[in-house]
Amino acid sequence: MENATMTGQELFDHKIENDLKIEPKDWMPDDYRKHLQRQMSQHAHSEIIGMQPEGNWILRAPSLRAKVILLAKVQDEAGHGQYLYSAAETLGKTRDEFIEELQSGKAKYSSIFNYPTLSWADMGAVGWLVDGAAIVNQVSLQRTSYGPYSRAMVKICKEESFHQRQGYEIMAHMARGTEEQKAMAQDALNRFWWPSIMMFGPHDGDSPRTGNAMMWKIKRETNDDLRQQFIDKTVGQAELIGLTIPDPDLKWNEERGSYDFGEMDWDHFWDVVKGNGPCNKQRIKHHIDAHENGSWVRKAANAYAEKNG
Amino acid sequence: MMTQNENLIHFLFRLGDNSLILGQRLAEWCSKGPTLEEDVALTNISLDNFGQARMIFSHLAEVENNRKTEDDYAFRRNEREFYNALIVERPIGHFGDTIARSFLFDAFQYHFYKELTKSNNEFLAALAAKSLKEVQYHVRHSGEWVVRLGDGTEESKEKIQKSINDLWEYTGDMFTTDAKIDALTNDGIAPDYNLIKENWVKTVEEVLYRATLKKPEDSYMQNGSLEGRHSEFLGHLLGDMQYLQRAYPNAEW
Repeated sequence: MENATMTGQELFDHKIENDLKIEPKDWMPDDYRKHLQRQMSQHAHSEIIGMQPEGNWILRAPSLRAKVILLAKVQDEAGHGQYLYSAAETLGKTRDEFIEELQSGKAKYSSIFNYPTLSWADMGAVGWLVDGAAIVNQVSLQRTSYGPYSRAMVKICKEESFHQRQGYEIMAHMARGTEEQKAMAQDALNRFWWPSIMMFGPHDGDSPRTGNAMMWKIKRETNDDLRQQFIDKTVGQAELIGLTIPDPDLKWNEERGSYDFGEMDWDHFWDVVKGNGPCNKQRIKHHIDAHENGSWVRKAANAYAEKNG
Repeated sequence: MMTQNENLIHFLFRLGDNSLILGQRLAEWCSKGPTLEEDVALTNISLDNFGQARMIFSHLAEVENNRKTEDDYAFRRNEREFYNALIVERPIGHFGDTIARSFLFDAFQYHFYKELTKSNNEFLAALAAKSLKEVQYHVRHSGEWVVRLGDGTEESKEKIQKSINDLWEYTGDMFTTDAKIDALTNDGIAPDYNLIKENWVKTVEEVLYRATLKKPEDSYMQNGSLEGRHSEFLGHLLGDMQYLQRAYPNAEW
């Protein structure tokens, strides 16, 4: 029952209630727009900063096949960053403004990328766990209420599930390899497990923005629900390749039909969010350096385009 | 007494190593490009080069009939056993240095593969046909950047001119041949390097003219790569690239 007499707010509410998508030209509440700008740019920044920890192993990949797979994967992330910046730009800010917010520290990116990648097994752990966690979140976001974001998610999810399989393949291969490889695989799981399950964010009760985001159908499932889905599907995958999830409290709960798990270290989580993770400064510096080193190139390209129409 | 097979093996090392080492250099740009789009473009070209190297090394193992794999060739040889042209191992430098190297080498690859399509060796002709499509894009990409940087700002013009000047002494080595390659050329297997050089000069002159840049004077040219004599830079590149295969020789990845 959309009709010409509805106000912007009424039309917006009607669309949200009926699971219709909000499109860039539609009226939307300021807070809805701001929430999306923050979330979508953070998502884009995560793709771009996420290139660094994996980029760290491209030159040292142990086979040519592994090298091209990893390089292509990191390129996909650059591509995801591009779609997401474009989708976020439909909300009225430019990519340059978003980048400025990233570099000044005003905008965040996923804290998982503030951990170092210390062995080849980390390429497995990042694909399997980090992309695995991202997929759970992104699958849910395919149903988000903002049209351009939802469509970007559909496109990205297809590639991400491929990445996750590649990561798991590396882990599986190392877990059945030499003793040293197996140790590397377990060590990678030990280091990435807790940060991965904290990627979903604080418990629902401690997540102040969840309420609005759920009401507006930007988020379709809560942090704790998504985390539980991820844990439930990952525990069996670890067992299958003979690796141990580093959580002594992890056990199957027959009644809930889900795994119970130990409490996460939220003080540590907030330390990393606030900039004190092992690689926060390094990641931003790398981004700023690349941006500044490219400045003369971008200026030249602009000057050339102006001269040559 | 050289056999045709030995000559072919030598030639395949040259080709495979050129692609492998340039691919590795371009991969260094990942997450460092001046724009996101350019980051993707440079690493795409890197991927094409790795693809060529893998195809060549797989064939090399068949010709050598030694049960080696593409990875044995990439990860288990020492500096003196690599035969890539000196220019591809130069460090990436700034974006202009990378573009200048890519352009000078891509223009070579383009004319090289164009001639190689006529090879009477079935594998080489097929490799050339496939690679030609890729390097045609590579030389267009690097050539357009040379033009943009040359005819962009004063700063960019100065930078790209210096990059080209600095790399010039490594260009002669791309065209160097030895008795083995000359024999293959006589047999219609390898292309005529004099012809490639003539065509290369034309392409370079045309692009530098459009870029309002000066072609450097031919002076002393570095050489030695066909005998496995390289710069100090290659060893470090291999140190990174071969680290895991060397540290865990019994592991499979």
